[in-house]
Amino acid sequence: MTVKDKGWKEIAPAGVCSKASTDFLTGDWKTYTPLRDPVKCTRCLLCVAFCPDGAIHWRPEKGDIEFDTRYCKGCGICANECPTKAITMKFEQE
Amino acid sequence: MATEEWKFTTKDIAEKPDLFLSGHRACAGCGPATVLRMIMKATRGPTIVTEATGCMEVVSSIYPYTSWAVPWLHTAFETAAANASGIEAALKILKKKGKVKYEHVDVIALAGDGGTYDIGIQALSGAVERGHDFLFVLYDNEAYMNTGIQRSGGTPHGAATTTSPAGTVIPGKLEYKKPIAEIMVAHEMPYVATASPYYWRDMLTKVRKGLEVEGPAFLHVFAPCPRGWRSDPAKSIEYSKLAVETCVFPLWESINGQCQLSTPSKLIALAPQKKKLVTEYLKGQGRFSHMFKPQGRKLLEEVQRVTDERWQRLLSKCGMKQ
Repeated sequence: MTVKDKGWKEIAPAGVCSKASTDFLTGDWKTYTPLRDPVKCTRCLLCVAFCPDGAIHWRPEKGDIEFDTRYCKGCGICANECPTKAITMKFEQE
Repeated sequence: MATEEWKFTTKDIAEKPDLFLSGHRACAGCGPATVLRMIMKATRGPTIVTEATGCMEVVSSIYPYTSWAVPWLHTAFETAAANASGIEAALKILKKKGKVKYEHVDVIALAGDGGTYDIGIQALSGAVERGHDFLFVLYDNEAYMNTGIQRSGGTPHGAATTTSPAGTVIPGKLEYKKPIAEIMVAHEMPYVATASPYYWRDMLTKVRKGLEVEGPAFLHVFAPCPRGWRSDPAKSIEYSKLAVETCVFPLWESINGQCQLSTPSKLIALAPQKKKLVTEYLKGQGRFSHMFKPQGRKLLEEVQRVTDERWQRLLSKCGMKQ
């Protein structure tokens, strides 16, 4: 937070949150990135349901899933729950 | 209680937009975050959520960001249910005056185990007694995780927390987990259920049933916390499965006081050889690591004994005596 933040007169009454948290990218927290093998993947969409961050999107027009690395925190739930083990977690190096 | 035009497939869930948005600041592998995302997918239209202080309130409303795509009201630790009854009463009178155009507006009160077991129970008990029409969702991560893993009424026997550390003096928490869902059944309320995120279809159906029922409904959801349980973040959902398979957290529902087991637990009741030992669930969790040392053997046996006792009691309550 910078010192130039708004004062109490400018902020919304009672400090009501005004922005969607989708503006806050949590993807830079991660140390592991999910990698998917599209051949093994059966599109069961369990990973979409279990992701705590909503970082896996189902694209009906493509008939495929998409990882949103802007929000993925790299917890590895998707890799652990994948019934066909199509997802692996790769260590991220700078 | 009909679940009208309601089918749950992973595709339906995946295609329904999130009402609990990405970008919340829960830890990696947060169980409650998965639970909330899924619960919000089971709503049936206009919904107002009110939430007691707790992990999920803190991570979802850090100024100026909010993770809620529905009207959401934060309240003090003890008053989630009181707040929900106020909202429901206001909606009722507004509807009477013709100022609400919706046929029904659902009210969901959310609280963690601290806000339900310990601090919020009097408000919850009062709201249920008055018969307000709302769904109370308890996401149970078994301690006060947000403030630094202090023990709560929901912490299981033998778990190490920062206020019940396992050592030479005590072997983790001495007391037993309070059977909160059974306390709620004793209120003679229309709907009480327990759910686990691994059995997501079961959980979503229960949320929908709780919303559709006239009068108060209570849902106890098991929500693993990798930070407080000292477990692997990737295994949060796996633990929610193991807890059901070992009968540490059986799934059941009570409709107007009539208890019945839900499918995952019923299968175990019908085929007792499928029931796993509690060690399957306890191992890997750092909070129970002292149980696997030589001096923890007695404690481990006690946990198994109490789990079996509670399971037998539940079976006889559901009319499925073994």
